[in-house]
Amino acid sequence: MTMMKENLLAAKPLAKPRNKRRKKWQALKRDRYLYLLGLPGILCLIIFKYIPMWGVLIAFQDYSPFKGLLGSEWVGLENFRVFFENPDFPMLLRNTIAINVMSLVFFFPVPIILSLMMNEVRNELFKRTIQSIVYLPHFLSWVIIAGLTFTLFATGEGLVNKILIQLGYEGVQWLTTPNYFWAFLTGQSVWKEAGWGTVIFLAAMANVDPQLYEAARMDGASRLRQMWNITIPAIQNVIIILLILKLGHIMDVGFEQVFLLQNAAVSEVADVFDTYIYRVGIRQSEFSYTTAVGLFKAAIGLMLVIISNKLVKKAGGEGFY
Amino acid sequence: MRESLGDRIFSTVNVIILAILGIASLFPFYYVVVVSFTSPSDYTGSSLILYPKSFSLAAYEYIFSTNTFIKSLGVSAYLAIVGTLLSLMVSAAFGYMISRKRLFGRKPLTVALIITILFSPGIIPNYLLIKDLGLMNSLWSIILPGLLSGWNALLLKTFFDGIPESLEESAYIDGANDLRIFFQIILPLSLPALAAFGLFFAVAYWNTFFTAILYITDPDQRPLQVLLQGMLVQSETGIADPSAAAEQSVPPDTIKMAAVVVATVPILLVYPFLQKHFAKGVMLGSVKG
Repeated sequence: MTMMKENLLAAKPLAKPRNKRRKKWQALKRDRYLYLLGLPGILCLIIFKYIPMWGVLIAFQDYSPFKGLLGSEWVGLENFRVFFENPDFPMLLRNTIAINVMSLVFFFPVPIILSLMMNEVRNELFKRTIQSIVYLPHFLSWVIIAGLTFTLFATGEGLVNKILIQLGYEGVQWLTTPNYFWAFLTGQSVWKEAGWGTVIFLAAMANVDPQLYEAARMDGASRLRQMWNITIPAIQNVIIILLILKLGHIMDVGFEQVFLLQNAAVSEVADVFDTYIYRVGIRQSEFSYTTAVGLFKAAIGLMLVIISNKLVKKAGGEGFY
Repeated sequence: MRESLGDRIFSTVNVIILAILGIASLFPFYYVVVVSFTSPSDYTGSSLILYPKSFSLAAYEYIFSTNTFIKSLGVSAYLAIVGTLLSLMVSAAFGYMISRKRLFGRKPLTVALIITILFSPGIIPNYLLIKDLGLMNSLWSIILPGLLSGWNALLLKTFFDGIPESLEESAYIDGANDLRIFFQIILPLSLPALAAFGLFFAVAYWNTFFTAILYITDPDQRPLQVLLQGMLVQSETGIADPSAAAEQSVPPDTIKMAAVVVATVPILLVYPFLQKHFAKGVMLGSVKG
């Protein structure tokens, strides 16, 4: 039916503008069920994604929940000025960037090395088993991960300290020493996500033509040599693209991970933008001020993502839009 | 061709290192399970438990005897089931709509979706919206905003792009409309992809923590992760009167560990069934090298 209508439509001359408008109307009518399918999604998009985008305007107001967005007083950039002059600002920026740089140096290479190693395993059963095991932590919540961290590293009851004491050493205040905090965040990320991160590299490696390895073997290349000269060049592009994408998210640190691990003793190094917004905004109801903080973060993030997407396209990747 | 000695050494070392890493991935969980089953009399705070010395269900009996724990388990199960089904439906339908090339307004709708991935207004505007909608302390505050996630809808669109149009055309000729085509042809064809996304949605709902601490203050509506946070992170017994646990002489640590185990089991249960699908799901969205 619809198909026939479509054919009829195509047969009509579309010279006159009036016809054009009618064509549009008929296309709308023809696809009414498609729009109906998408309607719940469109509503969600409008209500839960676009209305909050208007909500950022309260960053430029002295917002009062009683007066609402329309009735509150406009204050221009005052909230931003207060934030930039606040000593918390350099601290938040430093923590956010430091945590991301740590992750870049100590987390980023791990999935690459891990997938190179997994790719060299000849026993399929062993390979599958290892894959299933290292993927698993990805599916655990940050609450569980935090719980596991405390179980292993808590001062009195933690397993690591119990072992240390058993061996005659003194226990260490792992989780309340600021110097260790970033290392713990990075360690948690490695444990949770490194295995999962291998999925994409292993897929890239699976696409390598086996003849390349065969030819290399004929020439007497060792396994390490083959890895170096065939496998690594094969995943080079994926590495570059993921690296650029990661740089695009250097303002983002997962709220849950930091929030769950932080405590009063380490707050100097543990506060990042999102935990600050939660603490000051929600707990102390400083809505306008923390919306400004969030808007600042989102604006920088948007810029970084757009730049990194451009770079990805330059590097030969597909980018995501 | 025979492998050289060097290659064999390389292989062996490689396998050993991977095995150690595998154990390192599992060890924390192994330890938690062992502690959770240790009987109260064998568990004292200072002793080292690396292997099961005794077997006891006391900690599990305790958490399942408390109302709070059962309630939270129910809340999380409800979120995971209802949330996953609705999210799958809404995201798949939207993704399908914007994957049809003849659709008028396809471009702007796709762009509107991508914008939501690029720019997020942040915590506070979302919080105020939920408050203004009167959704505080309702589980809809967690489900509704997550129904259409930009990434997942975009990935599903990419997946639907790959279904040949001739399939749809022959259905049109047979007199089916778009609704029928979607529900009776497209969805059944997409089951493997839907399974992968279903797993991701279900895990996300099961693991919901942040939105729950923002929007849910009523103790009866607390999802499991929030309850767990109270127990594990804030070191409260969390689930009930601590003296009640002491009366039963179950050490708080074994109770905590039992709660961790119970919260993880559902994920372990669905994991093997969906595992074969999820690599595909991930690859759909990953950058191509």
